[in-house]
Amino acid sequence: MKPFIKLDGLVAPMDRANVDTDAIIPKQFLKSIKRSGFGPNLFDEWRYLDIGQPGQDSTNRPRNPDFVLNQARYQGAQVLLTRDNFGCGSSREHAPWALEDFGFRVLIGTTFADIFFNNCFKNGLLPIKLPAAEVDALFALCHLTPGYRLVVDLENQIVTRPDGHVIPFSVDPFRRECLLNGWDDIGLTLRHADKIRDFEARRRIEQPWLFA
Amino acid sequence: MQAQTLYEKLWSSHVVHVEDDGTALIYIDRHLVHEVTSPQAFEGLKLAGRKPWRVDSIVATADHNTPTDHWDMGIQDPVSRQQVETLDSNIREVGALAYFPFKDQRQGIVHVIGPENGATLPGMTVVCGDSHTSTHGAFACLAHGIGTSEVEHVMATQCLLQKKSKTMLVRVEGPLGAGVTAKDVVLAIIGRIGTAGGTGYAIEFGGSAIRSLSMEGRMTVCNMAIEAGARAGLVAVDDKTVEYFKGRPFAPRGETWDRAVEYWRTLHSDAGAVFDAVVELNAAEIKPQVTWGTSPEMVVAIDGTVPDPDLEKDPVKREGMARALQYMGLTPRTPIASVPVDKVFIGSCTNSRIEDLRAAAAVARGRQKAASVKQALVVPGSGLVKAQAEAEGLDKIFIAAGFEWREPGCSMCLAMNADRLEPGERCASTSNRNFEGRQGAGGRTHLVSPAMAAAAAIAGRFADVRELG
Ligand code: SF4
Repeated sequence: MKPFIKLDGLVAPMDRANVDTDAIIPKQFLKSIKRSGFGPNLFDEWRYLDIGQPGQDSTNRPRNPDFVLNQARYQGAQVLLTRDNFGCGSSREHAPWALEDFGFRVLIGTTFADIFFNNCFKNGLLPIKLPAAEVDALFALCHLTPGYRLVVDLENQIVTRPDGHVIPFSVDPFRRECLLNGWDDIGLTLRHADKIRDFEARRRIEQPWLFA
Repeated sequence: MQAQTLYEKLWSSHVVHVEDDGTALIYIDRHLVHEVTSPQAFEGLKLAGRKPWRVDSIVATADHNTPTDHWDMGIQDPVSRQQVETLDSNIREVGALAYFPFKDQRQGIVHVIGPENGATLPGMTVVCGDSHTSTHGAFACLAHGIGTSEVEHVMATQCLLQKKSKTMLVRVEGPLGAGVTAKDVVLAIIGRIGTAGGTGYAIEFGGSAIRSLSMEGRMTVCNMAIEAGARAGLVAVDDKTVEYFKGRPFAPRGETWDRAVEYWRTLHSDAGAVFDAVVELNAAEIKPQVTWGTSPEMVVAIDGTVPDPDLEKDPVKREGMARALQYMGLTPRTPIASVPVDKVFIGSCTNSRIEDLRAAAAVARGRQKAASVKQALVVPGSGLVKAQAEAEGLDKIFIAAGFEWREPGCSMCLAMNADRLEPGERCASTSNRNFEGRQGAGGRTHLVSPAMAAAAAIAGRFADVRELG
């Protein structure tokens, strides 16, 4: 996993609540057996005017000019500003894969759906929960200011606005450590292999029906 | 000892290790695997030179991509076929406790086959790369959906890294009215607490109305806990739970059965256990429900009307409602019972078990699908459900009423196979998600119970199943 330490990135606003993972990456692209290449189909149904197919080259497909990520001012955005309950619905990890492949590294919103939130951390994507008033203000500033950027510092757990306003956020210490170092969860867990084996051996005796 | 909630009991009996910040390693008893969210995990495992920790925890099936007709022709879509074949070869290489491949008699939707085979048992931790794993909580399992990285993590370590959830009790008391089903109960709950209402919580469903439900009904309720934002739903063990597992293929037998049952009987919240949140509903007030929008919380009773965004004060919500109405092609204040449907889908891990098919067949019996309804699909949840339904003659009732009787699978719940809505088509569906494009790009989904779906097929529009007699 790519480590995440600090980023100074262009911000794009996704101004709607309950954005679900079906919208983030529609089902037909889930047929892929790879982990990469989902970026061109991020928000496919909103982004394009036709219906996308897996394996298709998206370069010349008709784009929806009204969709926010198609607007010139948001090209190259790395920070996505979101509303309540972003990432709800299906557990598909293809959603964070698509966001990451598109170029996003940070999501800022009020709340994120649990499974999606978890999946982000496994893919070097940092979801940040902020109070509604801060998120409202960021939406307003982002709409008003072309080229609006934010500095996101995971080490110190702060987001800094261009006007110097500093917004603190918190991330579970364990997740933060993993993200800062780009650690692989499995490797970390296997340090406890003996404990897992002991637990399992005890369980085999106490609840043998679980090992049928 | 301090009174514990069911969630706390399940949690504490599976903790292997805890980090300083409370992140815990939780032992996983059952790992359900399907073709869509597993290929990258198997690949990751192989690339790292790792072997699965405990192969006999794995139960696998192909369900999302499989066609529901012409099984003799195999899987026509080459991309879908490749995904199903990839699962075949991965399981052949790695092994599993059980694998129900495409066309197997016991193949079916992963959340239907787990309990049906006794591969899901009370007190287990159950995971699957699928958000509707919450379904298995109906059997007092700590069951939740995980992403593909976590699928790989569970394969490699038999554990999951988790933070303890908060606990919520949703208590539904009183008798349910005639024609009101588990689906209506859970839609009413989501309408009350919202799609993010359960975020960060494990929800235990309790109260006399929940206890009165069959295991099938409890599965329907827990299935949609995720639509209320909760990763896990739970129902306490009672006689019905124990009875359900008698004689199932992977359930214990003999003396082990007795020991298991003794333990299962402890799987309930203790009197006096404290929940972080409690929500109460009066069962008598719940009517058959129909969703009108593009989120499961956008729901009204069958005698209600499509709401008016102008009456909503919160600007983000108002905007969301207006967008949903536009997508759904609906006008504010329209009585929902006057809205015509183009297609009907009876199936999905929410409502494709035998009881669901019986409820739909009871409505369809001796009646005819409206001519204006282009298609009414009935897709059983598994090969075993299909066989049972056929033994009861339900297939004949559906076919006589003009419905289509199909092979098992996820089908039009998410339209990864050929079953889908065309742009603009409106569907009465027993599935769990009415998101934009869920059943096909541009398709319009209204979530209802099986009886209400059958009623819509007959009437050609949403109809109150209680008035059909
Ligand atoms: S039936 Fe639908 S919700 Fe259930 S597992 Fe299949 S696709 Fe997912």
